[in-house]
Order: sequence, then structure tokens, then C-alpha cells
Amino acid sequence: MAGVGFDGVTKVYPGPVVAVDDLTLEVADGEFLILVGPSGCGKSTALRMVAGLERISAGTIAIGDRIVNDVPPKDRDIAMVFQNYALYPHMTVEKNLAFGLRRRRTPRDEVRRRVSEIAGMLGLEDLLGRRPGQLSGGQRQRVAMGRALVREPAVFLLDEPLSNLDAKLRVEMRAELKRLQDRLGITTIYVTHDQVEAMTLGERIAVLADGVLQQVGSPQDVYDHPRNVFVAGFIGSPPMNLLRGKATGGRVVAGDLELEDTHVPDGDVLVGIRPEDLHPAGDDHPGPRLEVRVDVIEPLGDEVLVHGSVEADDADTRKGIDDGTLLAPTTSDRGTVRLRLPPRERPRPGSTLRVGVAPDEVHVFDEATGLAVRTR
Amino acid sequence: MVERPRRRLLPFDPWHLFLAPLSVLMLLPMVWMVVTSLETEAQTFHFPPILWPGTLRFENYVSVIRQSAFGTWFWNTTVVTVAIVVSNIVLCTLASYAFARVRFLGRGVVYFLLLATLMVPIQVVLIPTFLIVKELRLLDHLGALIVPHLASVFGIFMLTQFFRTLPVELEEAARIDGASRLSVLLRIVVPLSLPALATLAVIQFMWTWNEFLWPLVTILTNQGAFTLQLGLATFQGSHQTQWHYVAAANIMSMLPMLILFLVAQRYFVRGIATQGLKG
Repeated sequence: MAGVGFDGVTKVYPGPVVAVDDLTLEVADGEFLILVGPSGCGKSTALRMVAGLERISAGTIAIGDRIVNDVPPKDRDIAMVFQNYALYPHMTVEKNLAFGLRRRRTPRDEVRRRVSEIAGMLGLEDLLGRRPGQLSGGQRQRVAMGRALVREPAVFLLDEPLSNLDAKLRVEMRAELKRLQDRLGITTIYVTHDQVEAMTLGERIAVLADGVLQQVGSPQDVYDHPRNVFVAGFIGSPPMNLLRGKATGGRVVAGDLELEDTHVPDGDVLVGIRPEDLHPAGDDHPGPRLEVRVDVIEPLGDEVLVHGSVEADDADTRKGIDDGTLLAPTTSDRGTVRLRLPPRERPRPGSTLRVGVAPDEVHVFDEATGLAVRTR
Repeated sequence: MVERPRRRLLPFDPWHLFLAPLSVLMLLPMVWMVVTSLETEAQTFHFPPILWPGTLRFENYVSVIRQSAFGTWFWNTTVVTVAIVVSNIVLCTLASYAFARVRFLGRGVVYFLLLATLMVPIQVVLIPTFLIVKELRLLDHLGALIVPHLASVFGIFMLTQFFRTLPVELEEAARIDGASRLSVLLRIVVPLSLPALATLAVIQFMWTWNEFLWPLVTILTNQGAFTLQLGLATFQGSHQTQWHYVAAANIMSMLPMLILFLVAQRYFVRGIATQGLKG
């Protein structure tokens, strides 16, 4: 067992392209840490550097007390699950599981014992004689996990291991993964671009963008107190509503939304409100209010997602943020707003909805720096 | 779009109308050779050619084996071919893996230069190679036939291109699992490359088995080092050719290749290298 320490880790590819920029991060022994970010943010590169599959351009990576910059992958006591599983297609499941142990000259009896133990844990007993080509996606995924776990590594690295599964299987495997990690207590670094996985799996999440660490914290903490606009927009689905506004003399104004806060310095700001914090409100609503024109509603069963627009400039901060993660802003000069309503409330498209928000649920970001000047 | 079921006029693909006669045409020389190998010398000169011998007589085969050094030629050719095929598989695999996966200074340049030699015709290098072999004191020995062909640029090219198509994650997974470079090559890359290796083996076998020019140049006087192709040529004199013997000897010399092809055929099916990936 061992923790992992990144200290000023930088990876520069020829070009030069900086994939990871001065990453400093401690992963505690036994912790489940999620590296999350849009594609191309350097999260996989960071993981591959821990695995020893990429050279480190600057800085150090330590596993336990040992700096591993120049240690070959096989001597790092790590195991990795690849996005595409990378099972050895010419070997049976049993041989796939045993491969790492055999290479390490583990006695045959011990290999057999551990393979059958891990096969039992993952429900692979009946598949031991099959080859990867004869397995379903979910079974392959489990074999890939088994192959990594069977060696009882000090650090377990997972690179988007669930992204090739269908939605139902993904939910099942997510829970199974969490159970496994709780049970085994192996230090785990898990890379994903899926913020639902990030929120549900990790003890802590580290958000990366353009190779730079944006924020580290518990999922709820990152969700509630995003340090900057990027994190605010990336964590949460649908993402936080961001409206362009102005702060003058302790008053923040964005369209018809008004907020009193003497702590916000004067200047251009972005006002952020989570979709679930907007509620239909009457004229007597004490806090900030917005007139939302309903464009589209999406009934999801347990809730209704409303896509609408408000009188305010839409924040043009979504550049560089993964399009797959954020819904594209509408083309009008009005600001787009999404909100969640209870399942029975279905406003007609085209109608106007008056919504309010509690003042302490409004986030404010400095538009120039993107940094939060007020979180809830 | 749903494909509309076509009404079929024929119980088979119309291409067969073109391909079937073509394959008969391709087979004709073979048939003629088989027939000739069963004929008497007089029958071989009959005009129009006899395409069915009437009786099966295998005396030509017996005569070829008894009267010539056919056994020696066959053995020599086998030794040379096996040595070259095996060494090509080993050396080309090692070189190709380096070109495909190991990063080293000048890799691209060396690979390019190597490929460029494919464009040099054999006639250009014949004399320099001959001189090198002479310096090595290999002339008139089987070594003269083996040494210059221990590795081939074609083999390196073919395997390099194939190795590049293998998913690199498999090798990364193996390295994390504790395999050395060589172990990755032997346990992961080679088993997944059997179709390519089988193809290379068959091609190399065919080239070496049928090679005529190089043995002709380097095996000067030593009849004990004759290969099949040199031996077959002895049946063809400048004044007369014993076609019935040529045909019988040719058929015997072709047998190993036919057998090899039938055996190796099953490896030519599509590889399985990507089956361990997402599904």
C-alpha cells in the first residue's frame, strides 16, 4: 500500500504541447481519487506518467516514499485498467488473469489460488476457459479489472474503464467498483471525463483543464464551492447557469436579476446559479428573481428539465469547455437558462415563467479572471 | 436504404461465368505438365499434344530419382530453404519490432534507406554480392546460398507494417504486468502476428525454393551443392531436352510447396489481435 505524490509534474510533447502543467497533488494511501476533465485536458497523460508509460518532462512522481521517475512500469507495483481493456486476445481468461503473476515468478499453486479467488470475487468462474473474443463488453471489463487486482498492487490506475459500457451496465459497474475499492482499500486513481462518475465514485476529485489543476476536494465541496468558472460549468449536469452581469457598489445586476452583496468588488462579473436552485416564485419572492421564457421542456420522469432564456447576455465562457459535457448555448442574444422542476410541473414552451433563487445560492465570478468571488 | 432483393437469373454469381474459364486456363499448364510426366519421350513430341495419356506410367519419376542426383538436390534445397525461412522469421521479427515500437535516433532514416534498397534491381547487386560471398570463401558451398538471404528487406517491411497495426495498449498492459521487452515480443506480439509470420514464411519459402539465378552464379563446379532448380536445368541440354524427365522432376519439386501452402492456409485468416479490446 502506498500513496502517490505528484510534485510539479509537467509533460511536454514535441511541438511543443504542454499536456500536463506543473501538477502538484497528493493521493493518500488507500484513497479513491478521481481525475476529471474534458478530453485533452491531460488527465490520461497524468495517469500514464504514474504507470511509467510516459516519461516525465519535469517534476517528480512518488509512489510511497520512492520517487519513480526512472523506474520501469513493471517495478512500480501498480496495475492499470485501460479504456479498451487491452486483454490478451490469444489467451484464455485464466491466462489473462495469471499473466502478471507468472511474469513475477509466483509459484503455480499461489497463482491458481489467487486467480480463482479473484474470479470468484468478480463472478468470472464460468468464463475462465474462454478467450476475450467470446466475452461480452461487461465481462471483458471485469476480466480487465481482475487482471489488475489479482496482483494486489499498491496503486490501482483506471483510465475511463466504464466508458465503453452501455448505460445500464455502467451504473452497475460503478457500484461494483466502489464496493471493491471499499473492500480492498487499494490506493486508486481513476480518470474519467464523466462528471457523474466523478461525483459518485471518488472520495476526492481533482478537476483538470488544459493540463492545469483547477480544484481538488470532496465531490460535494467542489460542487458547492467551485473555485472558478470552468469548474462551475464542468461539474454538474446540466451545468451551472452563467449570466453576464455587472457589480457596482455592492449590487450585482444581470438582466432582471438583482443581488445585494457588499463583498463583491465592482466590475464585470458572471453570475452562476445551479439549475436546481431556481424555483418558480411569485411576486412576493424576497430574493433575486428572473423572468424565464420557456423554450423546450424535457420530462425525465423524476423531474422536468426546462431550457429557457432570460434577458441578459449569455456568458461566453464556454469556449474551451468540452461540448459533449455542456449543452450548447442558444444563438439568440438572450442568456440561456436551465432549471429543474418537479415531475408534474410542465410549463408550456413559449410561456414565461417567473423563477427565484435564494440569495445565498448565487455564485459570482470575476469575468476577467474566472475566479469565484462569491460561492454559496 | 433497404437493399431490394434482386431476382437471380443464375443459381450462382455471374462473375463465375468469367472466373471459371479463367481458372481452367490457369490450370492447363499444370495439367499438361502432369500428363507429360506420365508420357514416353516419343509421346511428348506428338502433335497435336496429347492431353490424356491413356495409361498411367510412373517410370519417368523412377528414372529421375535413379539416374540423377535428385535426392541430393532435394536435400540441398530443403536445407537452404529451411535455414533461410527460419532465420528470416527470427531476424525480421526482431528488426521489425524495433522499427515499429522502439524509439531510437535515426529510426526513420534507417527504415527509409532500407526500403530504398527494395528499388535496386537484383542485377545491380549481383556482382557486389558475389564478390562478398567470394571473400567469405563460401563459393560452391550451400553457405553461399544461405548467408546473403538470412534477412530480407521485404520481410522487415511487411512485419513492421503489421506490428504497427497491433494495439499498443496490449504491449503496455504486458509491460505493467511485468513483461520485459523480449517477453512482450515473444508472448504478445508474435502470437498475435501468426498470420503475418505465416505469410512471410510461405513467400520466403517460395522465393528460396524456386531461386535459380543466384545458385547458378555461386555454385560453380560442386555438383554436390546443386539445388533442385540447378538440377532441373541439367535435363535441358542445348541440343535436346528430355521433357518427360523435366516434367516429372518439376512435379516432385513442387510438392513441398503445395503441401506447405495447404498447411499454412488456415493461418491466413484474419488475425485476432483486436479481440481483447472493447466490444
